[in-house]
Amino acid sequence: MTDINASHDHARGPEPVVPFALAGMFRGASMSGEVYGVALNNTVDVRNGMIANDRAKAAPNAPVMFIKPRNTYLAHGSQVLLSPELDAVEPCAALGVVFGRDTARVAPSHALEHVLGYTLAIDISEPGAGYFRPPIREKCRDGFLPIGPGILPRHALEDPDAALLRLEVDGETVASVRGKDQIRPIAELIAEVSAYMTFSAGDMLLAVLTSPGPLARPGSRVAAVVDGIGRLECVIGREAEALS
Amino acid sequence: MKRARVAYAGAVHHAVADEAAQMLRLADGREVPFDAVVWLPPVSPRTVFALALNYADHAQELAFKAPDKPLVFLKGANSFVGHGGQSVCPDGVEQMHFECELAVVIGRGGRRIACAHAYDHVAGYTVVNDYALREYLEDYYRPNLKVKNRDLCTPMGPWLVDAEDVGVPDSLGICTTVNGEVVQQGNTRDMIFDVPALIEYLSGFMTLSPGDMILTGTPKGVRYLRPGDEVVTSIDKVGSLVNTIIRPPAAAGDARRPEAAGAGAR
Repeated sequence: MTDINASHDHARGPEPVVPFALAGMFRGASMSGEVYGVALNNTVDVRNGMIANDRAKAAPNAPVMFIKPRNTYLAHGSQVLLSPELDAVEPCAALGVVFGRDTARVAPSHALEHVLGYTLAIDISEPGAGYFRPPIREKCRDGFLPIGPGILPRHALEDPDAALLRLEVDGETVASVRGKDQIRPIAELIAEVSAYMTFSAGDMLLAVLTSPGPLARPGSRVAAVVDGIGRLECVIGREAEALS
Repeated sequence: MKRARVAYAGAVHHAVADEAAQMLRLADGREVPFDAVVWLPPVSPRTVFALALNYADHAQELAFKAPDKPLVFLKGANSFVGHGGQSVCPDGVEQMHFECELAVVIGRGGRRIACAHAYDHVAGYTVVNDYALREYLEDYYRPNLKVKNRDLCTPMGPWLVDAEDVGVPDSLGICTTVNGEVVQQGNTRDMIFDVPALIEYLSGFMTLSPGDMILTGTPKGVRYLRPGDEVVTSIDKVGSLVNTIIRPPAAAGDARRPEAAGAGAR
């Protein structure tokens, strides 16, 4: 298992990641804030989402937001343990925005000033979760949100929308995205959501997500990567194996 | 025991309420009247689950079939406000309505908790008014956060009542008034999925922890609210929770507000 503060082969450019004290925040449930995420934030996902959601008559208007509760938080390098009834899961790589200040009704031009830094996450779902109802069982199982390995301070990533976020399964890149290619880039997303709900200091917003990759099964190694910035890894396992 | 969290004389206090005397005993022993304090949400919530369509009459009223498994959504800490608080009805919203709900607070966590043992995991109960703004409903992750996770639009309180003081909460009267007029009446006996069933369902796929809450849904009764309305949501043996609907503050309507600037028009 990889140590949370291990050096990263991919680290290039701005010296990344992980002021040690902050990294500790992400050891599982010790992180105190809420984690919010946005779904269907690119045109391909919207099209697929509409096909999968026969109740919807139009594309979504507001950002399609979800919550990952605390039982889902998992440290870098850990195993995501699947219950016996699950054979596979659907991972998405995510770039997480960690708020350093309470953020309410902020304009896009000022939104990033509220950001403490950036981290990576792997948003794991059961396959076929659907989009009509909130996918609570499908997205909120224990360990379904590896986070880390640390926080990259805001000033170390001048244009977060330009960072290429990749999802790797077993060493192969299976999906990638940049914030600037999303329907709502990071600052616009923060602004629009903060119009009705406050992000508190310590909260996190999964603001850039890849489309779901192919299914990952027990034994699969999954990673969220921004080259030169950081790499978050997890391994898909089985609950029963962990007990033996 | 009725456990409250209040602000009084420059500090936040845990307190025990004596409803008959309308007095609170603060943790340091001071006794102060109800009307001398600012009431805060009695619980600092951790994960908060809420139920949609958990009363058959309410599902019918909204033209939905009763669900065959609990229809759950989540809420963030930003959404809560204490007894006697205010909730904003945005300009142009005509369809904001109350939802009086029994809220269960988990005292002992667990995974795969069977119905038969579910009450052993309950610390107590409070009242929640889970306001909804129907204009913002969309058919994606419905009810979506813009409807259900707005700042200070989920009043909670006035207090947490210990589970043993309530007993089995399967026949508690529910009542909501707006400006003194009764607009919602129901009973927890009409829940589709009762408290043990909800604990068994949720803990069947995820770990519950102390401080987690389950808002168990609301019975029939929809009335749209206007700024100035006083809404009182009451549940037998638990309490009466007061909230006032207000207009948005003027500053929220200026050009810096993204919604006003048209960023929401996609």
